[in-house]
Amino acid sequence: MKVLALDTSNRPLSVALLEDESVLASVTLTVHQKHAEYLLPVIEDLMAKSEVKPADLDRVVVAEGPGSYTGIRIGVTTAKTLADTLNIELVGVSSLRALALNSQREGGLVWPIFDARNNNVFTGLYRMEKGVPVSVIEDQHVDFDEFMAKVVALDEPTIVVGDGQNFADRLDTHFELLTGFDNLPQVAKLGMLGEQLAPVADITSFVPNYLRLTQAEADWRKQHPEEDAGSYVEKI
Amino acid sequence: MSSEDNLILSFESSCDETSVAVVKNGRTVLSNVVATQIKSHQRFGGVVPEVASRHHIEQITACIDDALTEADVDYDDLNAVAVTYGPGLVGALLVGVTAAKTVAFAHQLPLVPVNHMAGHIYAAQFEKTIEFPALALLVSGGHTELVLMPEPGKFEIIGETRDDAAGEAYDKIGRVMGLSYPAGKEVDRLAHIGQDTFHFPRAMDKTDDFDFSFSGLKSAFINTVHHADQIGETLSKEDLAASFQQAVVDVLADKTVKALNAYPVKQLILAGGVAANQGLRDRLDEELKQFPEVAFVKAPLQYCGDNAAMVGAEAYVGFEQQTFADSNLNADPSLEFDWIKGETA
Repeated sequence: MKVLALDTSNRPLSVALLEDESVLASVTLTVHQKHAEYLLPVIEDLMAKSEVKPADLDRVVVAEGPGSYTGIRIGVTTAKTLADTLNIELVGVSSLRALALNSQREGGLVWPIFDARNNNVFTGLYRMEKGVPVSVIEDQHVDFDEFMAKVVALDEPTIVVGDGQNFADRLDTHFELLTGFDNLPQVAKLGMLGEQLAPVADITSFVPNYLRLTQAEADWRKQHPEEDAGSYVEKI
Repeated sequence: MSSEDNLILSFESSCDETSVAVVKNGRTVLSNVVATQIKSHQRFGGVVPEVASRHHIEQITACIDDALTEADVDYDDLNAVAVTYGPGLVGALLVGVTAAKTVAFAHQLPLVPVNHMAGHIYAAQFEKTIEFPALALLVSGGHTELVLMPEPGKFEIIGETRDDAAGEAYDKIGRVMGLSYPAGKEVDRLAHIGQDTFHFPRAMDKTDDFDFSFSGLKSAFINTVHHADQIGETLSKEDLAASFQQAVVDVLADKTVKALNAYPVKQLILAGGVAANQGLRDRLDEELKQFPEVAFVKAPLQYCGDNAAMVGAEAYVGFEQQTFADSNLNADPSLEFDWIKGETA
């Protein structure tokens, strides 16, 4: 199985090309956040140098969010369009779970954190089981201290990935922060995980997992609790 | 389908419509799928950019699939992919740009980048082949400009709005009148029933340039309505609409006539969302009688709003001129035509 994996959830842009268990190519850019410009050229380059044509691909794996709204939209638009237009399989993986793959501590807790400003975070809690992060507390958009209380209550040594550094003053010795290379998306691992997962049933309805309503939508729902917030888009 | 036919799969997502089309030879629409978000944004009284971006990604691949199915073509039949890359909302544009680039890459097709405003002008091509030189009056929710087209693929602004776009003014006064967004169609309807009794100002109507201004008119309108509210007077909605529309149409028509006198052209093209306005169409029909040598080409009503078919029409010019984008094409939210040489904004 030839698999293209990509993660543009945050500042790093990460693309890998795999064939079954082998990594054919992998690139991570961290200098700019110019995903709109760089994602496709990086994919093109990796595939050309690996002598893999678009039509050779069997599956696309994408970090589906949460993360930067624009970042996850570029990744998901690229992945779903590629899967739709080539008629191949698509797998979405939580961007938090994707980063949790960096933990090497089998059986241990891993806590991915994306800073969403104002003390809010996109976060979840995972446990490494046979090298795969399995959800312990579901992904959510939440106040950092509120979520930390839940993690602290488990009273276990925990690996922290992502933006843990921004909250380091509140993390005691139970927590080990991964830094540098160990804290970048390892998208080849995401690709391997994606090979094991079931592809999405309906590519056309696949969207990023923002984990947060837009402000306008949240306000509107508050004012119109009785109304169906379903589809407001129609073909004309 | 003859082997010499050129088929372009085109994308448009600059604002609140996700659209994908297949256009043959820049002239014939084989399919034009449009998913509109208007009902969603009506909840907020205007387009919310993040909401728009989210809707685009919900719709994009379904629109691609439907466009190909309705046109009864496959990727092998296509000669190119085209996309609007600006101007517009950056997050909205990015969905179309990213999807178009991906399809082009997946099927090894050239990618033609299209300016949204050029696309609006080329909607006229579905009515009549554009002949050069031509002048376009482009009126929409975001733009009001007079564009000179000396030759294919060349667009030069000779005048534009200094503040609000005409369509924007329609939406703003529509809100004051309690009309739902977008208000243009309803104001147009009411205007045909009412009379110009308020005589709102015609800003910049007598200036020597080809520029427009609609914010003064909008303020005069709002002040009139608020003053009436304060003294408990009810104004005729029909007369308000007619007075507003007359002021807009007068200025657009006068500046267009002035431009036609300054630049001898073969055609005048009316395009953009506001080009659907009946008051404006009728008035220009009337004015064009003094220019028997100029053909008046109105973009067909169904292609006045945002759509990908117009993008495919314009892209045919880019295809012929081999104006292709690389895979690093980005959205350009403030993309605009050049100003005509020797004149500045």
